[in-house]
Order: sequence, then C-alpha cells, then structure tokens
Amino acid sequence: MKKLTLGLAAAFTLALAGGAMAQAYPARPVTMIVPFAAGGPTDIIARIVGDHMSKTLGQQIVIENVAGAGGTTGITRAMTAAPDGYTIAMGHLGTFSAAPATYPGLKYDPLNGMQTIGLAGGTPILIVAKKNFPAKDLKEFVAAVKAAPDKFNEAHAGVGSVSWTTCTLFKGVLGVPKLNAVAYRGTGPALNDLVSGQIDFMCDQIVSVSEQIKADTIKAYAVASAERSPALPNVPTTKEAGLPDYQIEAWNGIAGPKGMPKEAVDKLVDALNKALNDEPTKKRLLDLGAVIPSAEERTPAGFQALIKRDADKLTPVLASAPK
Amino acid sequence: MDVFANLALGFATVWKIVWWAPGFLQGAVSLPIPINILLCFVGCLVGTLIGVLPGVGPIATIAMLLPITFGLDPVGALIMLAGIYYGAQYGGSTTAILVNIPGEATSVVTTLDGHQMAKQGRAGVALGVAALGSFFAGSVATIVIAALGAPLTKLALLFGPAEYFSLMVMGLCFAVVLARGSILKAFCMIMLGLLLSTVGTDLETGQERMTFGFPPLADGIDFAVLAMGVFGFAEVLRNLENPETRDVVKTKIGKLLPSLSEIKQCINPVLRGTGVGAILGILPGNGAVLGPFASYTIEKKIAADPSRFGKGAIEGVAGPESANNAGAQTAFIPLLTLGIPPNAVMALMVGAMTIHGIIPGPQVMTKNPDLFWGMIASMWIGNLMLLVINLPLVGLWVKLLQVPYRLMFPAILIFCCIGIYSVNNQPVDVAFTAMFGLFGYILIKLGFEPAPMLLGFVLGRLMEEKLRQALIISRGSFMTFLERPISAGLLLVAVIVLVIALLPAMSKKRDEVFTE
Repeated sequence: MKKLTLGLAAAFTLALAGGAMAQAYPARPVTMIVPFAAGGPTDIIARIVGDHMSKTLGQQIVIENVAGAGGTTGITRAMTAAPDGYTIAMGHLGTFSAAPATYPGLKYDPLNGMQTIGLAGGTPILIVAKKNFPAKDLKEFVAAVKAAPDKFNEAHAGVGSVSWTTCTLFKGVLGVPKLNAVAYRGTGPALNDLVSGQIDFMCDQIVSVSEQIKADTIKAYAVASAERSPALPNVPTTKEAGLPDYQIEAWNGIAGPKGMPKEAVDKLVDALNKALNDEPTKKRLLDLGAVIPSAEERTPAGFQALIKRDADKLTPVLASAPK
Repeated sequence: MDVFANLALGFATVWKIVWWAPGFLQGAVSLPIPINILLCFVGCLVGTLIGVLPGVGPIATIAMLLPITFGLDPVGALIMLAGIYYGAQYGGSTTAILVNIPGEATSVVTTLDGHQMAKQGRAGVALGVAALGSFFAGSVATIVIAALGAPLTKLALLFGPAEYFSLMVMGLCFAVVLARGSILKAFCMIMLGLLLSTVGTDLETGQERMTFGFPPLADGIDFAVLAMGVFGFAEVLRNLENPETRDVVKTKIGKLLPSLSEIKQCINPVLRGTGVGAILGILPGNGAVLGPFASYTIEKKIAADPSRFGKGAIEGVAGPESANNAGAQTAFIPLLTLGIPPNAVMALMVGAMTIHGIIPGPQVMTKNPDLFWGMIASMWIGNLMLLVINLPLVGLWVKLLQVPYRLMFPAILIFCCIGIYSVNNQPVDVAFTAMFGLFGYILIKLGFEPAPMLLGFVLGRLMEEKLRQALIISRGSFMTFLERPISAGLLLVAVIVLVIALLPAMSKKRDEVFTE
C-alpha cells in the first residue's frame, strides 16, 4: 500500500518536473532490498540506517524484503537489476562473503560483480552455552569440546545462516569439524532449546542472546570481536580468553549492481556517512549492541576489502565443512 | 494480589492520555487524546480488514506497517501491531465462512462447517458465533496470560524436539478424523501434503530436494500459495462451472445473529476450544496451528451425531474459532516471558520491539512492566473492540454474498494475487497459486478433500524437522520418543485417537470406506 502511494507520489513528481529531463539523482524513491524477512537483524539495521539516508537523499528509501535461499534470492534480484542507483541491497557476512563457498550455483559475484557502497553496522558474535555447562571459561570449554566432540550438540539457524557460518568457522578453528550440529528454522527455536538445556552451545549475534545472558538463562564464554561489547562488558574477547584465531563479526553493508553512475554512488556513500554520524541513529544502533563502522569501512573500497578478507577466511572452512 | 496491581498498571498504560494542542488553534485549546486506545482500535480495524482480504496476511501487513511505528512510543506501537495479529484471526474466519478461503492455516477448519452453514443461508449465525466464541476465548486467554504467564513459561521449555514430534504425530491422527467421506482418500491427501512439505532445501544439509533445479522452489512451497490455490482459485473455478449453484442468494439470508438455543449449543465447544487452543498456543514452533484442528476433532468425536459435521454443524465453527483466537493470544506468552518468539508473526514482533530499543528477553516483565501489562490489558480491550467492530459488520458481510459473481470472482482473484505477491514479493508465487488452483479443481472433481492435505503440509515440515533434531540429539536412538514421559504420553493419545477413528470405519462401514 505504502509502495503504491509512494509510486503515485513519484509519478506525480515526475510529471511536474517533466520539462527538465536531466534530473539529478535521486529523482524517485530508491528500493533497498533486504534479503531476509522483516524484523530480523539485517532488516532492523536497514530500516534504521535507511530512515536517515532518506532525509539526506530527499527521496524515500523503500525497504523491500525478498527472503529466500539464505538471502541469495534477494541479492541476486538486486545485482541483476538495472544499475541506475535505484535498486540497492543490504547484504551481510553470509550473502557477500560466505555465499560463494556455500552456494555453488550463485548468480552474482560479490568480489568482482558488485558496486559496494559501504558498511552499515556490525554485530559481534558470541559463543554461548547452556546455563549448567560445566566449563567455567572459554579455555575449559574448548578443552571439553576437543576432548569429547561426540558428547556435545551445537545449534544453528540453518545452512547458510550467520550462526551456521560463524560456528562452522569456530569448529574449523578448534579442529572438530564433525561436531553434532542441529539445524533449526531460525535463531528463536534454537535459543528455546538452548535455554531448556537440550542443546549445549551455539554461536550467535549479540542482539539475539544478550538479554538471555543478562538474565542468566544461558552463559556466554567469549565475544569474537577485537574489543569487548559495551552491551556485555563482562564477557571477554576471544583474544583475552585464549582463542585469538577465532575473530568474526556479523556485519551488514550496502551494495548495488556493478556499473552504477558515479553520482549515485557518491550520493549514497554520503547519505550513509551522514546517517552513521547522526547521534540518534548511532544511539539506536548502539542500543542493539551493534558496532558503528570506521570511516574506512564506510567507503566502497573499504567495504569491498572487508568482503574479500572474510571470504578468504571462510571459504576454506566452508568448502570442506560437512553438510 | 499482585495480579490486580499489575493489571491496574496495564489498564493505566492503555488509558494513557496525551494532550494535543492543535497548531491551527495557536495553543488556545488542548485536547485529550487516549493515544493507546486509538492505536489499539486502528490495529484491530486493520487486522480485521486484512483478515477478511484473502491472502493478505498479518505477517506482510505488520512488516509493511513497521516503519510507520517508528515515530510512536514503543508500548503504543506494539499494542497496535498485536491488534493487527489477533484482529486478523477474527477477520480470517469471515472469508473462510463466506467464500471458503482460509487466509491462515488456523482457519482451514472453519471452512469445513462454516462455509456449509453459509450455503444453507446461515452465514450470519456462523459469523456471529465465530465472533462471540473468539471474544470469549480471547478474554479467557488474556486472563490466563495475566495470571499464569510466568509459570506457563515452563511448559514451553519442557517441549524439546522429541515432545514436539510426538505432538505432530498426534496432530496427523486428527487429520484422519477431519475427513468427511472416505478415510482412504483422506489418508492419500495427508500423504500428499507431507510429500509437498518436503520440497525445498533440506534444513540439516542444505541440499535441494525435489526442486528440479528450479530456484523458486529452493525454499519450498509457501502455505499461502498452496492454500489460496486449492481453496481460493479452485473454489472460483468450481463456481464458474455451474453458476446456478448459488444457493446462498437463492435461499434467504436468514437471521443475522445466533439464537439463544444455538448459543447454548455452543457453550461447551467454546469452552473446550478455548482450553485446547490456549495450551497449544504456548508451545514453541507454532503449536497454535494445531488448536483448531484439535478442537474440531474433539467436537466431532464427542458429538451425539458426528455425521452432521461437514454439513454445517455449528459446534464445528464455535470450537475451532475459539481455539484459534485463544492460541493467537497465548502465543504471546513465550515472547513476553522468555523473549523467544514461537512463530513467524512473533518473530516480527521481536523485530518491532528491537527497533524500538526494547530487546526481548526474560526480563521484559520486570524491566518494562508498563509494556508487558499494557499489552495484556490492551488485548482484552482489543477483543472487546473486535466484537464491537465485527458484530455490526455481520450484516454487511452477508450482503457481500449477494454481489454478482461477475464482480466478486475477479475481486477475489485480484485480492488473492496481491496477497500472494505481498508474502515474498515474488511474481512466480502468483503463477504457482494459479497452478495449485487447477490442481485443487481436479481434486474437487475427483472427490478429494483439500483440508487434510493442508494439515499434512503444515505438520509435515515441522514433523520432519523435529524428528531429525530429536534423533541427532539422541544419537539416532528412537527410544528417545518413549523415554521422555511427555512425548510418550502424546504418542499414546495419538494411538487412541487413531483406534477410535478407525474402529467404526473398520467394523461397520468397511464396505463404504473402500468402495468409493
């Protein structure tokens, strides 16, 4: 309904501006495809950032949720759209860095076939376990898992999901790739069985688990980021806890099809920057436990480098992961 | 009496007054606006409307309205979004009764007897009973959440994959009872539903199954696509075939509201439906879908004359409708007390809370008591509003049946198409729906019931998922289903249901069963 109204509004604006054919970008609303269902972590970041970007661009950014196949359906649609700057996408670690290794028939190339805009927000990954798991810190936990890999169950939200990707990397770092993995449809049901103690551990984004940790229904061993999260200051980093090789963040960033006009790219980069410098927007992201990207990561080149860095890290583990 | 103090807080939150000084009056007058009550009303109204429109579901609507709530205060926003969800349950029954299209998995059962009642000119009575039953169930469920929400949380945690699998097995046994005609045909349809549910990417391995390398099938078949096809499109096709079967118009519309004796007839089914629906609603992983099916099964089994079911039995509308609404309400318990969403709509509510800076968790009740109790109080007020919205509308809805086919059918098809498209924004879904429409038409022609197929489809995916999860956790031992007491109990009930369902068929009507 909203889209229809916006479309009509846009048509009306176009009719008014009919004389001046060479319009400045953006002349109509910009569609930002979110390749997941509304309400998920990527969708929330897209809506918060998109809300402020609309103000800078002077045109609404319309969020379109195109879910499916671990997010690759929506990204494929965005990357095969006309490269006019009016169709962009908010992808994440999975769709941009892990997908080429996870989905062999992928129809887009995140490393060479995209016009990156910039990183919008990262969310730290935590290693969490059921409340009565005997290990008292990460070292003991790692030792217990390595000693008896058959004994434990790990939960994830399906092949291709952030929890699957990051936990597969975790198991790769530990050298226990064949650990029992139980797939759930989404993080919610997996968390239910972790709280009830049927599942031993999982890796997930801070926003999904932080309140459970604070309420002591599950326990956190470490956060896989360079620094502790202000949302959970008592949880050590993997480096502090003795597993420095396990560093991964679930980031979300904007990209469009290759060949977008330079004017559109510049304006989108500028709008993203202004959104991330805006105090209320920043606060909303920080409340989620998100990390605000550095100036470097907000540029097309910086974001492209991040995609490549994590792709290099994940590809060998994911390619050999037992599915 | 904490409950009363808490409820007082809840009602105070709902009655929050915002003073609004209209700019054009230059601050001369300040008007009191009961903002949360207004939002609750808007939510219920929107919910009713989208429930009535075939195919447009609460998930798509809440997703579309989410950005609009940015400017609101979180309590008001959530009150409105919750209103959309349970309002849609009210509205969904209208379409199921009037045009035989279930908008949601939970209103599939209502089509069985509700539409038959409409065909007999008792559409008003069916709609009235559905609204009254839903109101009663909604009110009771609200009290259940207020009084027992916290202890009931334990129930959600007791249900692991093994218990869930056994519950689904029990649900499938209900499906056999749903059958109106041949049990053999019903069994075939359940199997077909199970088979259709396995299409798509394997959850555990990521392998594609039965997709023929066709990318749109990678995520399986959407419930809305299947239901709109085999019910909505197929119903239109069937009616086009012989336009004179428009019994609804030919027979008189009949009275609009149920009589006292009809209400008396419904009291017990409503009570039982409310109980069953409320319990199943609390379970994680969308247990609420089983509620109406379970209620229908119970009513049919204990009825003095089960043959009336499927031919317009009022209990077959009252019970499932109550179960449906009770479940929609208690589904909020795991979300509000555990911070864990039990189904897709609740996952969206998590998103809505998160966007407003409230991260759902076990502490919402203590950290945001105004939100927790405000939502509970708003649910009761919302149910009252829905009754007030829906009862006067009954006359209007029934009049809709008199709209000529040449106007009604294109409208139904267009709304179905918009609804289907809005689920995933995928054009191919609309094409699939059309295909299932043809398929559904063939089924009707051959005398197969689509309802058991839909139940098989809904349960199949959950059942497979839970079976494999349970077996991975138990390292492949099937004994896990018998060793866990709740699971064993549920399996026992399943066996009993099956025996009761099959015995008469086997002894008395053996010939009948296999002849058709």
